[in-house]
Amino acid sequence: MIEVKNLCKSFGDLQVLKGISETINDREVVCVIGPSGSGKSTFLRCLNLLEEPSGGEVFLDGKKINDSDVDIDEIREKLGMVFQGFNLFPHMTVLDNLTLAPIKVKGMEKAAAEEKARNLLETVGLADKAEKYPASLSGGQKQRVAIARALAMDPEIMLFDEPTSALDPEMVGEVLNVMKNLAENGMTMVIVTHEMGFAREVADRVLFIDEGNILEQGTPAELFGNPQHDRTKNFLSKVL
Amino acid sequence: MDQYIHGIAVAARGVPVTLIISLVAVLGGLVLGLLVALAKRSKFKILRGIATVYVDILRGTPLLVQVLILGYGVPQLVRAITGMQFNWEPLILVGFIACGVNSSAYMAEIIRSGLQAVDIGQTEAARSLGLNSRQTMRYVIVPQAFKIIVPALGNEFVTLIKETSILSMVGIVEVTRRGTLWASQSFQSFPAYIGVAVVYLIMTLTLSRLVSYMERRMAQSDRS
Repeated sequence: MIEVKNLCKSFGDLQVLKGISETINDREVVCVIGPSGSGKSTFLRCLNLLEEPSGGEVFLDGKKINDSDVDIDEIREKLGMVFQGFNLFPHMTVLDNLTLAPIKVKGMEKAAAEEKARNLLETVGLADKAEKYPASLSGGQKQRVAIARALAMDPEIMLFDEPTSALDPEMVGEVLNVMKNLAENGMTMVIVTHEMGFAREVADRVLFIDEGNILEQGTPAELFGNPQHDRTKNFLSKVL
Repeated sequence: MDQYIHGIAVAARGVPVTLIISLVAVLGGLVLGLLVALAKRSKFKILRGIATVYVDILRGTPLLVQVLILGYGVPQLVRAITGMQFNWEPLILVGFIACGVNSSAYMAEIIRSGLQAVDIGQTEAARSLGLNSRQTMRYVIVPQAFKIIVPALGNEFVTLIKETSILSMVGIVEVTRRGTLWASQSFQSFPAYIGVAVVYLIMTLTLSRLVSYMERRMAQSDRS
């Protein structure tokens, strides 16, 4: 469970997040939508402290994590992150991409880590790509590897930062399917996305962020079917 | 013609010394340079300051002067302070240290640019997986940076091979010194130094070819 209280983030003079408070419960799938530049990616990146909040608190399972005496590496093990640009390690095979962190961080045996990695690759439909290098994969395949890599650490929560925005349209579906399976298996997920169809189908809750605040939130039916704010209506009319 | 062939043969006898000094210096410089490059990225201001001064001094003074300070100045200083006899023994140590330290300043800049060239997303991905900053450097950033800087490292090696000729000034018998000794003994200065030049050319050209071959090999593993 992630809880944020009055989360603020500024880059110099630019205030990107203006006091967000929100709780993400276990096994919940939350989609974050909003116009570009609204702060949704920054919000997500504050959850695993890739961005250090300028103010406010972030709690993971009741424990405050944006504190100087917290071992952030230990926290990040529990928070899987998937990026828009995949960020696979290009100098390693797919298999090594998946086993690096389990071996080096968790101290897993190489053989056990590899077996687990192969199982994960199987679940994302890429069992035959284990020995390949990332450069030889398509965008959709890269992103599925990136998801498997995050899952290899057995995270409690998965964070997705516009996971399909850099993909060719015909590859979006394969990635969303993997994410849908994850959701159905009870993974807690926070997803920044522009895929409204996916949000409507998979999310338990949708947050609409605008100008650094959560302007409106609700179930997909509420938010997409009956938006309250003009800004929300305006945004949805453009993207739906 | 015979003098020229003899000049080459004489100079060639210095090749092992020149190569071993260059190799030790390039490896030592690489390790030292990596430390300096990391110090330059440190969050501690003092460390960054020390690294900057280190690089400035070594790049801002001639290698010849550094070699003279180390080879002649330092033994005298040690004798004055400790009152004990001190000589560089074996003399080649001067070459290892002077060239290694000098090269580390250039290496530091090369490595720094290499580290900077690795996409920030790589660091973010590694940190997100729970790797600490050291592990991220070691397993993710440095291997990629290394690939980027291979050509520059190769050039530095070639430069070093040529610059070790300066060590002949403190009596280390490498390629240039072999030529000088033969020239002063036989009065065949022109053939002697032409021989020296030819031997350097063979070493540097061979190495340049080797580097571009390695570059191509490494690029291939990206695509396979």
